Amino acid sequence: MNLIKVENLKKDYINEDVVTSVLHGVSFSIEQGEFVAIMGPSGSGKSTLMHILSFLDRSTGGLYQFKGKDTKDFPDDYLATLRNREIGFVFQSFNLLSRTSVLDNVKLPLVYSDKKNQDQLAKKALDAVGLSHRLEYYTNQISGGEKQRVAIARALVCDPAVIFADEPTGNLDSKSGNIVMEILQRLNNEGRTIILVTHEQDTANHAKRIIRVKDGNIVADELVKTRTIASDGKELVK
Amino acid sequence: MNFFSTIKLVIRTLLARKGRSFLTILGIVIGVAGVIIIIALGAGAQSLVLGQVTKLGSDLLSIQPGKSNEKGPPAQVFGVVVTTLNEQDEAALQDSGRVPHATAVAAMVRGRTSVTWGNKNVDTSFVGTEYTYPKVVKITMQEGQFIDQAQDRAAANVVVLGSAVAKELFEDSGTDPIGQVIKVKANAAKIKGQAESASVPLRVVGVITPRGSAFFQDQDDQIFIPVIIAQQQLLGIHYFQAIMVKVDSSDNVSQTILDVKTVINQQHHIKREADEDFTIRNTADAINILSTITNALSLFLTAMAAISLLVGGIGILNIMLVTVAERTREIGLRKAVGASNAAVRNQFLLEAGTLTSLGGFIGIILGIFVAYLISLLMHALGYDWAFVISLTSIILAIGVSILTGVVFGLYPAFKASKLSPIDALRYE
Repeated sequence: MNLIKVENLKKDYINEDVVTSVLHGVSFSIEQGEFVAIMGPSGSGKSTLMHILSFLDRSTGGLYQFKGKDTKDFPDDYLATLRNREIGFVFQSFNLLSRTSVLDNVKLPLVYSDKKNQDQLAKKALDAVGLSHRLEYYTNQISGGEKQRVAIARALVCDPAVIFADEPTGNLDSKSGNIVMEILQRLNNEGRTIILVTHEQDTANHAKRIIRVKDGNIVADELVKTRTIASDGKELVK
Repeated sequence: MNFFSTIKLVIRTLLARKGRSFLTILGIVIGVAGVIIIIALGAGAQSLVLGQVTKLGSDLLSIQPGKSNEKGPPAQVFGVVVTTLNEQDEAALQDSGRVPHATAVAAMVRGRTSVTWGNKNVDTSFVGTEYTYPKVVKITMQEGQFIDQAQDRAAANVVVLGSAVAKELFEDSGTDPIGQVIKVKANAAKIKGQAESASVPLRVVGVITPRGSAFFQDQDDQIFIPVIIAQQQLLGIHYFQAIMVKVDSSDNVSQTILDVKTVINQQHHIKREADEDFTIRNTADAINILSTITNALSLFLTAMAAISLLVGGIGILNIMLVTVAERTREIGLRKAVGASNAAVRNQFLLEAGTLTSLGGFIGIILGIFVAYLISLLMHALGYDWAFVISLTSIILAIGVSILTGVVFGLYPAFKASKLSPIDALRYE
């Protein structure tokens, strides 16, 4: 069974009777444990595709099956539950709560779940990104790279089936970006599905498979032949 | 997500934004306290004004000699001396067959004099009246008794002191005023055959409990003597300056006014209304006039209170609007990590509820406290100021401020719930 399967997926934006078609009908499937990069230039529709796959938005046509079930008729509240349990997000601009501690930021998804021992779960997730020493720091007191690692810990904390990373290195220097990619690769090695959205070939090369999107269509779907392994991160976890 | 964890979440959110929370609460505090203080001030002022009148009783008629215009003062105010009101009139009014609703009738004359005891000398005003006076005007005795019927009929040389007069004459020496004899100076110029320094010795039989002022006249700076003594020995006149009639119930005031008119017109052989030589005043009329004024005052103050609420509300609106973009993005993030629309709405509702109820509570306490301070100040200044906190003002203030807080607090939440999570997340 595919984790994610889309067939002829479409997305149109209707604005004052002008219909703008962003996705013209894309089809592919993603298995459990894959590391896929969705790649394309600005305006190609890659972000829209990610938002639909991660239940942040709905398609306007075609089929989207998640874990074998058609998502078309899922009500909004069930989509919220799915985002909470099955999806983790890492955004380009971090989207952390300001004036709030690192620990509380990581606990945010747990607040909307019925999980117990929330403090331990959050600490475990922070441990996995090497930030155990920053628990009580406020998000404005840490560096950009650390912010993105807090965001990864937040994405991990509910033990989701898939993590969506939308240009996770876009706002970071190359060293911090490398650390972030190393963490994502390690999580993938541990069996977690990662879907990376980027416009940079270098970043996409960290994945195992690249789906190329252009003008709302898939132009290529290929395995990465010479994969980049980010190893600089090892020193940081220790 | 249960209620308890929502509360924890809300408290954490509010503490993380102390400045905004403080300003929101401040807006509500100002609005609520403003309304309570302003309305309490209105009620206090109203009680002060009306209290001056109602002290005399709302069922009291005063018959004064001389015709007056509908609302104008009686003739005697202009120096015209009308001498037609006398003891025959009073006797006729006391006839229960002719004026059935009169429970007590007391005649009065007034004047200024000076009283002496030992080496103390006090200028004061005197009221010559009858033993029925306490039945007509509410007074209580601090010591001794009022002039009794026998002393009244016999024109005994007795006097009842107002508390201020008693204090001034006797307090220094610590003497009990009862039984002491004071000298009251006669108006020598008006009484033929009396020496210039003539004075009347009077024995003190009672002291009246302090009453404050009525119609803005100090009621404690007065002495009361039998009306015959006042007429013959102090003033040298034979008529009354007023006859007061107490009516059994305020419902019967207008009937009694007609009865009194009939009786006096018969006594004075007057057939046409235009010839009437007396005026009947009643306190109910005065209360009505003053109520109209104080109600207008209350209305004005309520409008001021509404403005103060509006200002508080606009303050809250400002704060909410400034943060709406940030809050919308926050809602987008919360929805992205799994918050349902209901969870977001509950959080914002509880947040607005916490801020407004906290602000409302502080506002009520502050408003009552300040209103109380003002009433203390007014008492210290010698006014009969009532400390009144009306339930209506509290309900009004809380209602409006909660409405403002909740409406403006929920505004971003409703706005964001219409957006998809990703649109909320990207909101600028």
